[in-house]
Amino acid sequence: MSDTTSVIMVGVGGQGILLASEVLARAAMQAGFDVKTNEVHGMAQRGGSVMAQVRYGEEVHSPLILEGTATALLSLESIESLRAAHYLKDGGLAVVNTQRVIPVTVSSGAAKYPEDDAERVKKVFPKLKAIDAVAIAGELGNIRAANVVLLGALSLGLDLEMEHWAAALDGAVKPQFRELNQKAFEAGRNL
Amino acid sequence: MKELLSGNEAIARGAWEAGVTVACGYPGTPSTEILENVAEHYKDDMYCEWSPNEKVAFEVGVGASLAGARVMVTMKHVGLNVAADPLMTFACMGAVGGFVVVVADDPGMHSSQNEQDTRNFAKFAKIPLLEPSSSAEAKEFVARALEISETFSTPVILRTCTRVSHSRSLVELGERSAPPEVGFKRESSKFVAIPLWARKMRLRVEERSGKLDELVETSDLNRIEWRDRNLGIITSGVCYEYVREVFPNKSVLKLGLGWPLPVEKIEEFSHGVDDLLVVEELDPLIEEHTRALGIPCEGRNCVPGIGELSPGRLMPIRAAMMGREANLPSPVPEAADLPGRPPVLCPGCPHRGTYAALKKFDVAVMGDIGCYSLGTLPPLDKMESLLCMGAAVGMAHGMQKAGEPRKTVGILGDSTFFHSGITGLLDVGYNKGNSTIIVADNRITAMTGHQEHPGSGKTLMGQDTYQANVEDFGRACGIKRTRTVNPYNMSEMVAALKEELEADEPSLIVAKAPCPLHARKLVGPKHTIDASACVGCGACLKIGCPAIEGGGGKPMINQNLCWGCGLCASVCPKNAISESEKAEGAQ
Ligand code: SF4
Ligand code: SF4
Repeated sequence: MSDTTSVIMVGVGGQGILLASEVLARAAMQAGFDVKTNEVHGMAQRGGSVMAQVRYGEEVHSPLILEGTATALLSLESIESLRAAHYLKDGGLAVVNTQRVIPVTVSSGAAKYPEDDAERVKKVFPKLKAIDAVAIAGELGNIRAANVVLLGALSLGLDLEMEHWAAALDGAVKPQFRELNQKAFEAGRNL
Repeated sequence: MKELLSGNEAIARGAWEAGVTVACGYPGTPSTEILENVAEHYKDDMYCEWSPNEKVAFEVGVGASLAGARVMVTMKHVGLNVAADPLMTFACMGAVGGFVVVVADDPGMHSSQNEQDTRNFAKFAKIPLLEPSSSAEAKEFVARALEISETFSTPVILRTCTRVSHSRSLVELGERSAPPEVGFKRESSKFVAIPLWARKMRLRVEERSGKLDELVETSDLNRIEWRDRNLGIITSGVCYEYVREVFPNKSVLKLGLGWPLPVEKIEEFSHGVDDLLVVEELDPLIEEHTRALGIPCEGRNCVPGIGELSPGRLMPIRAAMMGREANLPSPVPEAADLPGRPPVLCPGCPHRGTYAALKKFDVAVMGDIGCYSLGTLPPLDKMESLLCMGAAVGMAHGMQKAGEPRKTVGILGDSTFFHSGITGLLDVGYNKGNSTIIVADNRITAMTGHQEHPGSGKTLMGQDTYQANVEDFGRACGIKRTRTVNPYNMSEMVAALKEELEADEPSLIVAKAPCPLHARKLVGPKHTIDASACVGCGACLKIGCPAIEGGGGKPMINQNLCWGCGLCASVCPKNAISESEKAEGAQ
């Protein structure tokens, strides 16, 4: 469906991708859209590459995004963005955390982490927001809010109002983390 | 009111709304969250439990149904193999209170050892199967399945899959209907499957099949959506959503009842369209049925039968119809040489110590299903086979009896041991085996997201309960050499393994330490590498802890990732690894 907005989210298991997809889905629901999301649980969560997908619009059928049609891509890790780049449509927005998470295949010497990851990311995504979200979240007091910083940066590229995002954030996180997440979201949005 | 629910949340809600009072199952991706949601939201109205395995769960469900209660049993596709015995005869006996068994398939094997199409079980057992395509249908179909179960006195399968169970979509919530009266009414000829009465049950199955054949023609669960008539597509389950996405203007016959298959509806539909295409995930049941009716159709010749489908995998069919290539974008060249990122044992995981110790011995290691399966990947690379739940024990025993020159070891987790390792161990004790069985006992069902089990001391409903001990089972199975070891203590673990592997009788080593990810607290103080003492030998990298970052130069420990288990310190030959000065940041 051409009026459907599709966002692909990637990262490493344990980085908080599920929360990011939940907040976006709730925001879209707040805005009155039909919403579908998808995420993978189980084996994939033990530090492997993970992907979540969120789609919203008038009427959404497939929970899975067709390659080459995603409106935006959000990546919680540097090179994971490259693995999923072909899902993004031409000229789509990419929000990429500059953080590198070293896989065991690299630590054990079986493979190499590319030195030029930042250049590759720049080349592949013409419309790019590269963000050191861990540093920003760290300044706010908890590196775990890096996902929400990125979400804030993503929010400007999507047609959802701030009130919907705010309500979605409040609904998705525990009360004691609300303030932190609001700040993290704003920090990302104001970049 | 509409809510955004995953398929699994919707199924739990559906059971509650339909007046289910007993829900049970065994965890298995992608089915696990169904019962977790029952426990979280509805346990005041519904009894729920994690049973030790799927067979027991199914039997608990049968007992409740015979007493008149509405019942839901949940499991993943391979779980139904375990529960196949009660399924096949209960299918003949028939349900009293509505009985739905929710079975979650995992096409593409995101988190499974094989790919199975559960529709084959419906055909095999001659019972109906419903296939929802979204969360809204997942909720609704629970109630529909229970109605069919009661009307036709049959167990009903609700087949979901990864992309239904773990997708969220909007669901209209409803009220709970009153549960039926409970009270078992004896009727031996109906409920006792001795040959005398089983023969009568067999005839009733045939009568029931005739009635079900009528149901599938008239039920609104099977619906024709007429649009352009130049192509008609027969589909079911989540594939319906992909079809609507890729072929928005084509006619569709959507089969909400995946089994039995209608004859007249398929004929009517095929007569109304020029060309017919069948889109189904995994096995070609609809296609074979359609062809058997003498109706030509496209199917497996253009729709892949291995792995899960997606809009992308259907695009080539649409393109071919227009005489074009699909031209789907493939991964960018910049991604071609990226390092792989397979799942790994968490930092601080006790299983790492067990494997690190095991690596010192030349033994044949039969593995099993759980987090510790990851011990098969480099750099640990120490598990040589994995078959199914509990198989490690029997396989180690069989290999030893066959004369395998190396000592044989079976390694399995505590939840897996309670699931189906106990009978294997009884065999080892009874038939004078000589294997060493290691139970990697972290006191929880970790892989599926930390569910309680008979050894965890808590029930699914949150009550404190008796804590079953692996060691007690070992002794009861006749394994005299049964001992408990701390897997974080490398020298203790190695010494225990050495003794047991040298002994000329079977042994059971319980490598016991709670899963830190579940306990949510550091195992000990975080560790760091003293760069001046480190010689860069890479010994610490061989234990595969994701917190130890290497790949050029001397390794470093990422303080954000370290859980302080100390294993790396015990493998460093230069004593370069020690507790960090200041323990920063909690996990
Ligand atoms: S969840 Fe627990 S048992 Fe599983 S890998 Fe992580 S620490 Fe180990
Ligand atoms: S102490 Fe060593 S092995 Fe244990 S979690 Fe930290 S870095 Fe990993």
